[in-house]
Amino acid sequence: MEKIAENRTIIQYLPYVTRWDYLATMFTEAITVNAPEKLADVPVPRRASYIRMIMLELSRIASHLLWLGTFIADIGAQTPFFYVFREREMIYDLFEAATGMRMMHNYFRIGGVAADLPYGWLDKCEDYCHYQLEKVDEYEKLITNNPIFRKRVEGVGKITREEAINWGLSGPMLRASGVKWDLRKVDHYELYDELDWELQWATEGDCLARYFVRVREMRESCKMVLQAIKQIPGGSYENLEAQRVLGGPKSEWNSIDYQFISKKPSPTFKVPNGEHYVRVEAPKGELGVYLIGENSVFPWRWKIRPPGFINLQVLPQLVRGMKIADIMAILGSVDIIMGEVDR
Amino acid sequence: MNGIDLQQSFVELLAGLGLTPAVARALWMPLPMLLVILVVTVGALASTWLERKISAAAQQRIGPEYAGPFGLAIPAADVVKLLIKQTTIPAQSDPLLFVIGPVIVFISVFLSFLVIPFGQNLVISDVGTGVFLVIAISSIAPIGLLMAGYSSNNKYSLLGGLRAAAQSISYEIPLALAALAVVMMSNNLSTIDIVNQQAGLGILSWNVWRQPIGFVIFMIAVLAECERIPFDLPEAEEELVAGYQTEYSGVNFMLFYGASYANLFLSALLVAILYLGGWELPFPIDRVAEVLRIPESSSIWQIVAAFLGITMILLKAFAFIFLAILLRWTVPRVRIDQLLDLGWKFLLPIGLGNLLITAALKLAFPVAFGG
Repeated sequence: MEKIAENRTIIQYLPYVTRWDYLATMFTEAITVNAPEKLADVPVPRRASYIRMIMLELSRIASHLLWLGTFIADIGAQTPFFYVFREREMIYDLFEAATGMRMMHNYFRIGGVAADLPYGWLDKCEDYCHYQLEKVDEYEKLITNNPIFRKRVEGVGKITREEAINWGLSGPMLRASGVKWDLRKVDHYELYDELDWELQWATEGDCLARYFVRVREMRESCKMVLQAIKQIPGGSYENLEAQRVLGGPKSEWNSIDYQFISKKPSPTFKVPNGEHYVRVEAPKGELGVYLIGENSVFPWRWKIRPPGFINLQVLPQLVRGMKIADIMAILGSVDIIMGEVDR
Repeated sequence: MNGIDLQQSFVELLAGLGLTPAVARALWMPLPMLLVILVVTVGALASTWLERKISAAAQQRIGPEYAGPFGLAIPAADVVKLLIKQTTIPAQSDPLLFVIGPVIVFISVFLSFLVIPFGQNLVISDVGTGVFLVIAISSIAPIGLLMAGYSSNNKYSLLGGLRAAAQSISYEIPLALAALAVVMMSNNLSTIDIVNQQAGLGILSWNVWRQPIGFVIFMIAVLAECERIPFDLPEAEEELVAGYQTEYSGVNFMLFYGASYANLFLSALLVAILYLGGWELPFPIDRVAEVLRIPESSSIWQIVAAFLGITMILLKAFAFIFLAILLRWTVPRVRIDQLLDLGWKFLLPIGLGNLLITAALKLAFPVAFGG
């Protein structure tokens, strides 16, 4: 994947990236456009940034949903798997309506997103978020206080705060061990500061704590999407055509902040000279790209820092001295996707 | 409370045709056996269909739909598929043990149906040691599982076989203790007498009211004996591929599969017989006959009563199967050490305590507790 990036332009490379972590696809696209954007100082319109945030948080919910299903299936209960797929399907329907594709969206562009949201999409998305909040309660009713589940995960696979930091863990793995570290809060990227949300964390560091962090993050993401829907500026949602007729050619509707893309990204967009590291908070942890450009259409180096690969390293230490059945619970709670572990 | 005696009628009928009673009895003998094997097979197949349909409903799916009405032909399709499938025996295995293992499991389960009554006289043989026989025979199955696990020459199979043996042994004891408390109340090991002792007041006289703790212990223990979630450790697919079944295919696999569902059916019937009044209706049926002024000896009434009895025991059994299936698709699996802890450190002392309390109550209130 990294080698492929070195002889593709960014726009040519975008369709590949959703194969890293194919369950949190929007994040791979986000980091792929964020890296050259930051290097070339391309501005992102406010509307585009909001669309990105909505997509990213939906993608986070989808990823956590699938994690929940597989985690519970790993410790023996098959049924929640079908429940989470029911909800995940709706997210994918939303993605399909906005991007044309369910998983391999190819939606993010340098300076914005490929297309504006279709009319009525935000209403559907709002409905979905309210529905999803109820369903998270339903999962909790089914799973959280089940004594068998508690016995299987409580105190299993404990990581202390120091260990978590020393192993370079990130995302829910780190936050469940008592470290308040969320790149959305730390790096202030996109417009996450304009939303009112709380960082989810726990101190126990066991499988149960990781479960709680992820379940609460699902709720938090729903609330963030709901807020973003209320705050999103401009665009077809505010009846663009009517406003243009009303305001005349000099109306504000066409200013950069009201567009979904700052400028049409040229297929020959040149990655400028320089090198830097850009990261986003993916559902599984810190997803980063170390990019070296040499004023060419191709990046000179494109190093990916996948969260799954680095979180997985801790597994041998966690399973030492545990029972065979615990391996499944611990591996499930780490939340890995092999697509990004071995790119 | 005599019920219809089919055997006697059959023998009398043949004797009327000019056969000696001995020949007539010999002719009678294979009939109930065939009938029970048929009933058990149908019951097990119905359980597999229920498993599919109920799990589908729990998971918001539709389940089998196109094979026959409501997918009812699915179990038959299963059997036919497994029958015509090639049986592979792994090259490094012990072929003799590999084949004998599933047969032992299958036979031991089907043999237990010998003493399961569906009505006053609807039983193959009313053995005096009925419940004891069932518990004794069910201890043979782990040997077959161990054979299968050992002979497969596969570490997952071996682990599964060992887990199956450990689990069966651990849960047999609470199971026996719970059954013993019931036996103590009815002063009899015979399954028929245990049911008769629960007759009289309809639903109020069922053992479940007098043995609530024993009922719960028995339910948990039979679930563990059936190796179903939350106790399906011998075949935990996330950990052991498929446990002792890993290397099996075709007919040999079908024997395991059939035995596991027949065992579920057997356990459900045992729960119905020991705790839910067997073939008794929730209201005393004799009183109904009195109210309706039907003589209890009239043959039509006898047939109706027998029919209602069979329906009742099947209803109770399938209610338990429904519960077991629902449980299977709701809860996660326990870990092997937690399973053994539950068996030895929780169920066993409680079972002993229950036995003690039952004995004390029997001495104190002989009327209510079968003194």
